Amino acid sequence: MKGVLICGELKKEEISSISKELISTGQKLQSDLDQSLDYLLIGENLRERADEAAILGVDRVLTVEGPEFSEFHPERLARIISAVCQQIEPLIILLGQTDLGRDVAPRLAAMLGGSACLDCIDLAYDQKGSTLIQTKPVYGGNALAEWAVASHRPYIVTMRPRSKKPAEPDPSNRAEIIPIPVEIDETQIRNQLVKTVHEEDKGIRLEEAKIIVAGGGGIGGSKGFDLVRRLAQVLGAAVGITRVPADENWMPKSLEIGQTGHIVGPDLYVAVGISGAPQHLAGCSGSKVLIAINKDPQARIFEEADFGIVGDYRDILPALIEKLKDLSAT
Amino acid sequence: MNTIVCVKQIPDPEIPASKFRLDAEGKKVIPPEGIPPVINPYDEQAVELALRLKDKHGGKITTLTIGDDSSIKAIKHAVAMGADEGILCKDKAFEDSDSFSIANILSQAIQKIKNYDLVLCGRQAADWDEGLVGSIVAENLNLPLVTLVESVDLVENRLQVKRVILDGSQVFSVPLPAVLTVSHEAGQPRLPSGWGIISASKKEIAVWDANAIGVEPSQTGAGKSRKKLMQLFIPQKEKKCEKIEEEKPEEAAGKLALKLREAGII
Repeated sequence: MKGVLICGELKKEEISSISKELISTGQKLQSDLDQSLDYLLIGENLRERADEAAILGVDRVLTVEGPEFSEFHPERLARIISAVCQQIEPLIILLGQTDLGRDVAPRLAAMLGGSACLDCIDLAYDQKGSTLIQTKPVYGGNALAEWAVASHRPYIVTMRPRSKKPAEPDPSNRAEIIPIPVEIDETQIRNQLVKTVHEEDKGIRLEEAKIIVAGGGGIGGSKGFDLVRRLAQVLGAAVGITRVPADENWMPKSLEIGQTGHIVGPDLYVAVGISGAPQHLAGCSGSKVLIAINKDPQARIFEEADFGIVGDYRDILPALIEKLKDLSAT
Repeated sequence: MNTIVCVKQIPDPEIPASKFRLDAEGKKVIPPEGIPPVINPYDEQAVELALRLKDKHGGKITTLTIGDDSSIKAIKHAVAMGADEGILCKDKAFEDSDSFSIANILSQAIQKIKNYDLVLCGRQAADWDEGLVGSIVAENLNLPLVTLVESVDLVENRLQVKRVILDGSQVFSVPLPAVLTVSHEAGQPRLPSGWGIISASKKEIAVWDANAIGVEPSQTGAGKSRKKLMQLFIPQKEKKCEKIEEEKPEEAAGKLALKLREAGII
């Protein structure tokens, strides 16, 4: 087995940011390994997307096209990727810790007899020991673990979004595009997809937001989020939440930021009534500036924050909203 | 509808970070003093989903765990919630098994239990956050798998399964038997009733060793681990928080707003 295979993802018909981050990771491994770097695209009508991927600094773009292949059907996608891996025999398979990677990576490991490490934030190949070193948050982010694998190939890894910088396009260097024929026996697909529902956020997509105002358990109920929304509106920000408001149904679950939700990296993150559990910080520690508003001066969020106000959000937020309105008027 | 729920006992993931301690040398987490271990919260939610199915369609729920005698506590918790049976897989050879070995032991035990329609696991264990076991069990048993499940119902002998995706949800129709991994969106697990606690305390929990399950002891344990733990450490924080402490909220808010403007953020 040789080389690195990246399982690319499309977001709204564009190459998603995580895929470009995987390419950066793959490039580093490729130079350590001195082997090829392949980028896999699965779907329909992939010509344009393949052209786009071809200038991102990979050796080959592999395309697998088929009817219904663009549907997000993890069982089918796992079989497609597994079939590709049997043809090209990569040593390392990289996916994002996304809807796709979370589901497909463990299946692939079982199907291909490899090893698996999910939600890594760093990877390095040690040539001397021929081992892959995988760094991954454990215990909800309280600790980091470094795992080494040297046997049980291929090594299947998912990378946490925003743990690496995305690769930049270089139009002077164009990779070869190779269609890979894959036949899927549809009678072997047992799960029938009834429907996929994308909750259209009325606001800004969290991953793309420049400013996010997020509320946690300290908000105390759905009513309190009116203030959070108002602050977001004044700042032109997206609204996010932690686990508690999701579990308590104060706010839609699809707004959850953290280890099991969105991983964001805005210029400004305003954490209101958020204690700072590592599972939540996992989703927002990539923010450039973090502001914490919490009435508990000992709250862990202050250890992560650049600025903090100790106080009740019910007092602070209305005052802050007024102040910001004044400032934007001048 | 007979369901097997795989559960794991873990250190309480809700402990404050100040109580989280590591033995870096031994690459182990030191159990916090005075805070007992708990059933993995995602597994508890899997028990809850099994109970909702049982409430509606009847059947039997068997909980399955791997560990030492203390892990019986996780099984008893599930029984107190309303599960019918519990099995502890315990063998010296199972100690420090990785996710693949754990999945193999569970798969063998599930085949020994026979007579099941559904296997439920938590989406991941909140200690090592691997998120592998349920999916590998499904592949081992060659059963259909749906991960990150929020809700499930039985419709004309097939499962109607709702799973979570980042910006919404998907619904799959799945033939039985099947494996599902359960996400926290399933919602709050029920509290054990008084009667449940009493019946759990009396419940006899079966204990199966490698031989009883039919697992080759040399194929499990630390020696068979596919990856090796090289280092375990607590990440260092570099940030320094500038705290604005003013008596009046207006003053604090005003200072913050100005700071944001100075920093060019607004």
